[in-house]
Amino acid sequence: MSKVKNAIELESAVVKFVGDSGDGMQLVGTLFADTTAYDGNDLATFPDYPAEIRPPQNTIVGVSGFQVHFGSKKILTFGEKLDLLVALNPASLKANLKWTKADTVILVDVDAFDESALEKSGYSSNPLTDGSLKGRKLIQVPVTTLIKEKTASLGIDNKTALRTRNMLMLGLALRVFNKRTDYCERYIDKKFGNKGNVAELNKMILKVGYDYFDKLPSEEKISFYVAQAKLEKGKYRNINGNTATAWGLIAAAERANLQLYLGSYPITPATEILMELAKHKSLGVKVVQAEDEIAGITSAIGASFAGALAATSTSGPGLSLKSEALGLAVMLELPLVVVNVQRGGPSTGLPTKSEQADLVQALYGRNGEAPMLIMAADSPADCFYSAFMAAKLSVEHMTPCILLTDGSLGNGSELFKIPDVNTMPEIKPPYAQPNTQYQPYERNPETLARYWAIPGTEGLRHRIGGLEKENITGIVSTDPDNHELMVKLRAEKVQRIANYIPDQEVFGEQEGDLLVVSWGGTKGVIRESVIEMQKEGKKVSHAHFRYIMPLPKNTQQIFSKFKKIIVCELNSGQFVGYLRATLPQFKYDQANKVQSLPFFIDELKEKYYKLLEE
Amino acid sequence: MSPIINSIERSNVELTKEDFVSGLPVKWCPGCGAHAILAAVENVFPKIGYKKENFTIVSGIGCSSRFPYYVNTYGFHGIHGRAHAIATGVKVANPKLSVWIATGDGDSMAIGGNHFIHIIRRNVDVNIILFNNMIYGLTKGQYSPTTPMGSVTKTSPYGTIEHPFNTGELVMGAQGTFFARVPDNNVKLMTEVLFEAAKHDGTSVVEVFQNCVIFNDKVHAQITSKEYKDENQVILKNGEPIIFGANKDKGIRLNGTRLEVVKIGEKGVTEEDLLVHDQYQQDPGIHLMLAKMGPPHFPVAMGVIRSAMYPTYDDLVEMQIEEAKKTSKIKCVNDLLNSGDTFEIS
Repeated sequence: MSKVKNAIELESAVVKFVGDSGDGMQLVGTLFADTTAYDGNDLATFPDYPAEIRPPQNTIVGVSGFQVHFGSKKILTFGEKLDLLVALNPASLKANLKWTKADTVILVDVDAFDESALEKSGYSSNPLTDGSLKGRKLIQVPVTTLIKEKTASLGIDNKTALRTRNMLMLGLALRVFNKRTDYCERYIDKKFGNKGNVAELNKMILKVGYDYFDKLPSEEKISFYVAQAKLEKGKYRNINGNTATAWGLIAAAERANLQLYLGSYPITPATEILMELAKHKSLGVKVVQAEDEIAGITSAIGASFAGALAATSTSGPGLSLKSEALGLAVMLELPLVVVNVQRGGPSTGLPTKSEQADLVQALYGRNGEAPMLIMAADSPADCFYSAFMAAKLSVEHMTPCILLTDGSLGNGSELFKIPDVNTMPEIKPPYAQPNTQYQPYERNPETLARYWAIPGTEGLRHRIGGLEKENITGIVSTDPDNHELMVKLRAEKVQRIANYIPDQEVFGEQEGDLLVVSWGGTKGVIRESVIEMQKEGKKVSHAHFRYIMPLPKNTQQIFSKFKKIIVCELNSGQFVGYLRATLPQFKYDQANKVQSLPFFIDELKEKYYKLLEE
Repeated sequence: MSPIINSIERSNVELTKEDFVSGLPVKWCPGCGAHAILAAVENVFPKIGYKKENFTIVSGIGCSSRFPYYVNTYGFHGIHGRAHAIATGVKVANPKLSVWIATGDGDSMAIGGNHFIHIIRRNVDVNIILFNNMIYGLTKGQYSPTTPMGSVTKTSPYGTIEHPFNTGELVMGAQGTFFARVPDNNVKLMTEVLFEAAKHDGTSVVEVFQNCVIFNDKVHAQITSKEYKDENQVILKNGEPIIFGANKDKGIRLNGTRLEVVKIGEKGVTEEDLLVHDQYQQDPGIHLMLAKMGPPHFPVAMGVIRSAMYPTYDDLVEMQIEEAKKTSKIKCVNDLLNSGDTFEIS
């Protein structure tokens, strides 16, 4: 029995809004997602938009989309096949038909399916009438006509009125899912409140869409119900990965009693971290929008030298530009958090599409032997904790750190249970004490971290730089034995971080036939695939790595308990290559995909089955 | 918002040159102009009077950039061209430091050209000492962005075919607030100018005409040598008419929109007719003309050419933070996490 009359109850649902870039798909998608969050559903979202700002209208390349997966169960992915597709024009329908299934409800603006739009999107006949959508639950809404009718007497010009097409569809989509419009109305008031009658217009059209449901013929009145998720008690919000990363850094600065400094240069999809941090001057955050990537990182290194918690944010090609400075940070042994929001590469590649292909760059992309801490966040909300831990370990171990996230994590969002920052771990910078016999490269015997002497402190004047330094004294040295010693000390210092990170966890049985290994932003979908295998009675477990350099200390022990290991990643095999070099005693199978698309559960399961049967 | 005046803490004891000698062996070539710059810095730091821990010297790469190792301050020897970006981070993170940059013509105007113009544009309160020997010294003799056109060097065996930068012109073009120029053989003037630079709030650029004895010996000799200096240099003094020459009988006059060299006593020219130097004027027009002067028709202007007052980047950062702290409801990270749209599950 459904809890709403005549509604089909779903455990989870996937909804996607698609239209021209500029049609406001990101806005209504976000509003729909926030409504479900506010309603107590767990969720994950994924914006999917072109790299151009306003590509030609009605073309496939110009399609902008926003996908929401929400449910009464724990949501691990942004979903695969759609329950509801809202398409504002023929091109967006065409581009997204592959994500529909037999019973997907498709809402289209029938007014947008004119000859010219059909032609531009490459349709030779109208899919709404030629029978090609047969089986799909097609609901044709005359959006333009409705808006014109409603606004005709109000003296609003057509152009302004028709900008609300997205709101009409949002209203209807909310109604299909038996959601209320109050959250959206409040948002509209906040966003457009000071823009004359824009707020009123948007709210009116939202309601037109909502009410239009009642006018549908009864066979088209399909409605769904998704119950509240059984979430842990507490306070929640919806958060995207880039915001979470920014907030994690601010939290770390507060726990370390340090000032946060970000030197950064705008680059998709990392820019939002820079924009978010720039907002928080009241928390003492200092943000320098640098003239280029190199200035972004080197100014951060300068800030670190001067005693700030320093960070820089970028995406793939930007990390390439930062390489020389990364080596400098390794040599200086100063804390520095480098966030790389990965996108499709190489070069400028696919700016708005996600990939996991910068791991090798993060691990080795520097001259000389320059190891540093490498971590990878595994979900939008985890970006908060990963950024926090990256900062903590970087500061306490006096080493730069690269935190890998990716476009799907950065732009995607999920529910975030708001923690009390005061209960998060303290961060204790290894300060040198004033007026001591300070030697810049004297180390803590346990961590091998050198001590941080902040300019301005009495009695600690010293000089550091990119040239190799004599152990302990820090005097420039070209002595061959000293160089080898310093190379080993720097590597050993990073390895010893393994003593300070949690053991690697295994999801499922601790031994079995197959261990699925992954890292970074693929956690959700891989976890789902493993859960399905386990439900089918297979002895499959999952180890998802957040710490990559160094690996958790029990990694070898975990690997030894499984007959087979498969490493799944959205690249040609970068983590698996690192594992083969680091733990060569095991045989690794691979699942790789380099399409700037996420893994799909079925394709993963197919791989697992094949391996289990071998 | 109240302006934050230079708040670098002063020393409560008198400092001497010895307080700033690092004791490490100085490895520049004998006769290199860099030795004079080091001497001037050791002279001027105690006079500036800040606590000795509050001086920080940042450098990039090149002969000049070994400078931090030789001065006993906090020091940072960076990487190719990046001193200005590094120093920006140092100063913004820790505005209570007196930040100095030691850099060369290659470091600042070739590989670090971008950072050079942007630190100037932002007016970060740092002091840049630009060692201009018009050659790449550490890489052994390739031409630099200031090498005169036609020069034969290791990478221009047929003569350079590139237009060189005039440092002053570049600084003014980037909206520089302070520009001074000194020859490396006038340590007294250099010390005075560095003191002026330290006093200036904002990015100060002090260009030193520095001799490279090995790869570009005597490149500045037409201007700096005993033989030529009186005729080919004019030392600017704020508030005074611009006069030069062995007999102090030549001057610079503004004729319409152009400068010209005139002789006092000839054609009815008196000292009254000469241009009076105003280093503090906001409009950079005359400063730019002065910076561009040079042979064969003009002497080269030395001393402080421009010192105009503008807000500094680092002060503005502090002021915005102060203001935001006063007005924002978000006082700590917990406030931030709980702001905006949240909901309770019970």
